[in-house]
Amino acid sequence: MRHYLDFEKPVAELEGKIEELKHLSDAGDLNIAEEVQRLQTKADRLLRSTYAKLSAWQKTQVARHPQRPQASDYIAQLVTDFTPLTGDRLYGEDRAILSGLGRLGGHACVVLGQEKGKDLTSRQTHNFGMARPEGYRKAQRLMRLAQRFGLPVITFVDTPGAYPGIGAEERGQAEAIAKSIEVSLGLDVPVIAVVIGEGGSGGAVALASADRVLMLEHAVYSVISPEGCASILWRSADHAKDAAEALRLTAQDLHRLGVIDTVIEEPVGGAHRAPQDTVATVGRALQGALEERLAVPRGELRQQRRQKFLEMGQAGLG
Amino acid sequence: MNWISDYVRPRIRSLIAKQDVPENLWEKCPSCGQMIFHRELEANLRVCTACGHHMRISAQRRLELLFDEGEFQTIELPETPVDPLRFRDRERYTDRLKKARSKTGKQDAIVVAHGTIGGSKAVVACFDFAFMGGSMGIAVGEGLVAAARLAVLQEAALIAVPASGGARMQEGILSLMQMPRSTIAVEQVKEAGLPYIVLLTDPTTGGVSASFAMLGDIHISEPGAVIGFAGQRVIEETIREQLPEGFQRAEYLRDHGMVDLVVPRGELNATLGRLLSLLTVPSLPRAAEIIPLAPPEAAADGTGPGEPVATEAESVTSGGELESAEREPQEPRGG
Ligand SMILES: [Zn+2]
Repeated sequence: MRHYLDFEKPVAELEGKIEELKHLSDAGDLNIAEEVQRLQTKADRLLRSTYAKLSAWQKTQVARHPQRPQASDYIAQLVTDFTPLTGDRLYGEDRAILSGLGRLGGHACVVLGQEKGKDLTSRQTHNFGMARPEGYRKAQRLMRLAQRFGLPVITFVDTPGAYPGIGAEERGQAEAIAKSIEVSLGLDVPVIAVVIGEGGSGGAVALASADRVLMLEHAVYSVISPEGCASILWRSADHAKDAAEALRLTAQDLHRLGVIDTVIEEPVGGAHRAPQDTVATVGRALQGALEERLAVPRGELRQQRRQKFLEMGQAGLG
Repeated sequence: MNWISDYVRPRIRSLIAKQDVPENLWEKCPSCGQMIFHRELEANLRVCTACGHHMRISAQRRLELLFDEGEFQTIELPETPVDPLRFRDRERYTDRLKKARSKTGKQDAIVVAHGTIGGSKAVVACFDFAFMGGSMGIAVGEGLVAAARLAVLQEAALIAVPASGGARMQEGILSLMQMPRSTIAVEQVKEAGLPYIVLLTDPTTGGVSASFAMLGDIHISEPGAVIGFAGQRVIEETIREQLPEGFQRAEYLRDHGMVDLVVPRGELNATLGRLLSLLTVPSLPRAAEIIPLAPPEAAADGTGPGEPVATEAESVTSGGELESAEREPQEPRGG
């Protein structure tokens, strides 16, 4: 069952009609086949035009689409020899972050990915992609492992944010995020991040303090969720749409601001329409970025990464 | 008999008659509700005379009480893009900025100053909560970068004093990017072998706590300061439980291993001065170098296990193995 977003309703209606007609057409009626073809063309055109001009708020919904490919899909399709490694060696294992060793395009690397989960059970297992300090400390541990063995680090960013809870605060959520940023910035191996869905604030930047930050066309990356921003600045979460616009959280705006390096095109109708194609495209972009960074002498990576962040944000939207 | 009723009251009346701001003369403690006369409150460094609650203070006041004799020099901060996102909520961000500037007389939410603390050179990067809740945008990030560079240049310690609700929403992703940027700044100080101390004041939350503010060599906090990542309301809404007593307060963080010392405002200069003098032994190499387990003289001196051992500083100096000639030149770090 395809899950339709609110603004996809007109497409949903057309596609619903097409399905109905297809059920009728088992007799092979030529008129019906023609009508199906006609509607299909119309639906495709509508989908294309809808997705060509998504608003920031619509993109936020696409980025959170329940059928959007997640870190586990990317790992399954792109990473060979994947060997999960778990635990922060301090307190626990946080399944909001998938982690392990594997090969991407033949290159052995450390892989980290925030996973939201796909059904009620797995969402609970992965805590909706909201990591606790253990998740970030596990990430640090694996980044240090990467450093020790000269392996690049690949991260898949997809989180509403770090988990806000009593235990998380007691165990130093702020410190865990801060340290992850510090460790990531200090590595002298390549670090490549891809924002595949929702880049939620500090919880995202903890895994995205990278040499290259790639981002899917309809992914979002923001200092605060549009709902959170609206409830603070507009005093009402009903203004989430306005907040999404104001925050400039789309891949296109972030690219203009120089915060991300590459926008990766999604299939027409969004990544959830063709997950495997999306993953394959991301795989090619990742491999390109990885090999470009692997060509840089190891001793220069850290300095270049620092320079990139230090120069960031001086221009504005222009 | 009471100093306030005998001496101050008549004077207040005359002042009230002249000015139209009587509420400024008495301030209510937000913690215990006690009304405190302003001059008494100022003399007590804006710490409640009844309950010891540490009220928020301006960056100016903070710098005066941190530096020796209240003497320091502020530095001009680099120009940064204004309103890079052309952000507008119910109000334009540029208008909010204007208001904050005229209210505080500051350009943005951070002031950077240098001077001495307990005789040691120090650069202090101090937030002003009165300026848009001390929120961190590009200007604040740039202030931290400038403070770190100055510390490295002067071979001084860096002391960051956050008082901030977190990132400045109106600068969107660019405010989020101040987390890695400020982290790089303090890393440069640490790599130069200089102390980086964080004085966490009320409040230190959000993206500020989750970056440079939790990366100090030493974390000091004022009593009762709220320090944490997530806001209390957000946590309550998420877990639908009551928060424990003292949650996210300085003492709570100390008890959970995130803060070294909780120090009352009046003792900050002395404590920081002592720490800086302990951390900056001038004759020693400061970077991580191998220090012999025991100095050659140790055995001859009869210093064995269980005996009080010399500090590392003494052992290295007496061992004579790591004299200043061996000090490695610092690796040059570009901007
Ligand atoms: Zn009080």
